[in-house]
Amino acid sequence: MNKPTNQRAWLLVLPVLVAVAFSAIIPLMTVVNYSVQDILGPEQRVFVGTEWFRKVLRDPELHGALRRQLGFSLAVLALEIPLGVALALVLPKEGRAASVCLVLLGLPLLIPFNVVGTIWQIFARGDIGLFGVVINALGVEYNYTSNALDAWLTVLLMDVWHWTPLVALLCYAGLRAIPEAYYQAARIDGASAWATFRFIQLPRLRGVLTIAVLLRFMDSFMIYTEPFVLTGGGPGNATTFLSQYLTRLAVGQFDLGPAAAFSLVYFLVILLLSYIFYTAMTASTSTTGSKEAR
Amino acid sequence: MDLEWMAWTAPTAGFFVVIVLLLAAYTVWGIRSPSLPRRGLLPMATTRGDRLFVGLMGSAFIHLAWVGLTDASVSTALVLSLLFMLFIARWG
Repeated sequence: MNKPTNQRAWLLVLPVLVAVAFSAIIPLMTVVNYSVQDILGPEQRVFVGTEWFRKVLRDPELHGALRRQLGFSLAVLALEIPLGVALALVLPKEGRAASVCLVLLGLPLLIPFNVVGTIWQIFARGDIGLFGVVINALGVEYNYTSNALDAWLTVLLMDVWHWTPLVALLCYAGLRAIPEAYYQAARIDGASAWATFRFIQLPRLRGVLTIAVLLRFMDSFMIYTEPFVLTGGGPGNATTFLSQYLTRLAVGQFDLGPAAAFSLVYFLVILLLSYIFYTAMTASTSTTGSKEAR
Repeated sequence: MDLEWMAWTAPTAGFFVVIVLLLAAYTVWGIRSPSLPRRGLLPMATTRGDRLFVGLMGSAFIHLAWVGLTDASVSTALVLSLLFMLFIARWG
């Protein structure tokens, strides 16, 4: 039987809440205030109600950016999670080789976002970039500056290169935490490699995979710097994602009211999708946990 | 303390006051009578606080859908949201 939760423990979280209030909640409240006003100047504001929400929610450019963003984030998850798990499984378990592999794997994570964009901007060029030249030499017509599909795939590939190591490192840590006794039991039962993965490693990885999926989803959904440096959102609007569209609105056109309304819609979409992912993954964990307990 | 920079308006101030009062009331309620997770119409076990969160998030999306799809007054969306929150709190 479940015991009632002691809510008094929340008081211990109070210092963190105060810090978050100053760094996140107060700015968010200001954004809410901006979203219902026409900001003409620092002292000149006119209350417009839901007009900016109406405007941004009916903007076809926003719908396009949202579709591209969802497609991008889902593609990122579909590629990076399995690839990260696979990499973690084949990495050496101990010794010098394990250390070398971990350092090499972590290198892309140390590179600043704008430098990643610049690296790929040169790397993928059809005239001087190794990747672009090799692809063209193979007979595939590739030019990320003029072809929308090429640009989209290049941004995706760049993100996979940059962030798969994070998923791999998380999974590697999760795999190392599985007690050897589980593998011994599997060997005694004559379990195949697939059965070991399916019934021992994967269930034990659920916790780190939840974190990996949430981190990668939220991060890819807010991606800005790398595609901005690599393609500038083009060709056309092919790689203009939500944050780029928002920046154009807020900084480029200085439309602070619509930008604030758009920010809130953006925030709510991320909140909803993250909540769905988190609930689905923790629900399946607790289901597995209760099955194991039986 | 000068809060002019936050560009306050009466409706947004009212909105935040309601949210803060709701959170405070649920905190006091939670301390006095801790809730057990239970399964209702939602596809997962939820505590009282979870249902408040789902209700508030659902209300936000009801308002967005209303504003995005119709030109009618948002007061109807507000009534729908209140009904939704009550429904989730009771049967969610």
